[in-house]
Amino acid sequence: MNVSIEEKPGTGQSTMLVVSGEVDAYTAPQLREKLMPLCEQNREVYLDLSRVDYMDSTGLGVLIGAYKSLRSQKGRLVLVGVSPRLSRLLKITGLTEIIEIEDGA
Amino acid sequence: MDQPKDLIELTIPAKAQYVGVVRLAVSGIANRMGFSYDDIEDMKLAVAEACTNAVDHAYTDQLGKVDVIFRIYRDRLEIRIKDEGNSFDIAAVKQRSGPIENHLPLTAMRERGLGLHLMETLMDRVDIDGGKGVVVTLTKFMQRDEVDHDVDSPAETRSY
Repeated sequence: MNVSIEEKPGTGQSTMLVVSGEVDAYTAPQLREKLMPLCEQNREVYLDLSRVDYMDSTGLGVLIGAYKSLRSQKGRLVLVGVSPRLSRLLKITGLTEIIEIEDGA
Repeated sequence: MDQPKDLIELTIPAKAQYVGVVRLAVSGIANRMGFSYDDIEDMKLAVAEACTNAVDHAYTDQLGKVDVIFRIYRDRLEIRIKDEGNSFDIAAVKQRSGPIENHLPLTAMRERGLGLHLMETLMDRVDIDGGKGVVVTLTKFMQRDEVDHDVDSPAETRSY
């Protein structure tokens, strides 16, 4: 019931965060703390969620916060490795229409 | 009204780190009843949303507790999440509930308040009672073919 977050910096103003574990009300603050500064420092932030077993609305709230921060500076937030479960969650909440999701892999 | 076959009660301190324990209980109980993987994941999420709301809004001093009562029926699981904290304006919250709309300006996009919308979408029934504290009752019915696999139900009488 924990989360681990690892940064894999890309070239230029692009970076990737690999998130593993469960993102809930207890662990979401850790994700927010890592993610928000990166959204201010980069133009493109890729979020690899392929190892996320569980995410609830507090986790989605962090994604929305990151999206807002990047969009306000014309940047991009891209979700990678979205599981069918997570995809369902993003669809129900209307986020598939808003946040960029990279297919495949 | 039919009686539940079994009753399981769990009380956690109103702290975010224990919501995961409730998720594990949901998963164990629903799995034992024979719910599908997707139904179990839906219930884990809906129950966690209700517990998170109870932890977030109900108490200011962090000394409260949240009661989770599982009522196991032959055809459904009913989960009641009960806190004794401050009540909230249920009508106002319901009005704000819904998916994120992409025609709204960036600043109007909310980061909270998706919980109730998720509960309503993922469960078959959501009942919320205010008063002294808040009681959220979530119900999930078993699909017909899942009920047939219920190991606890009496075996069918067959004539050979």
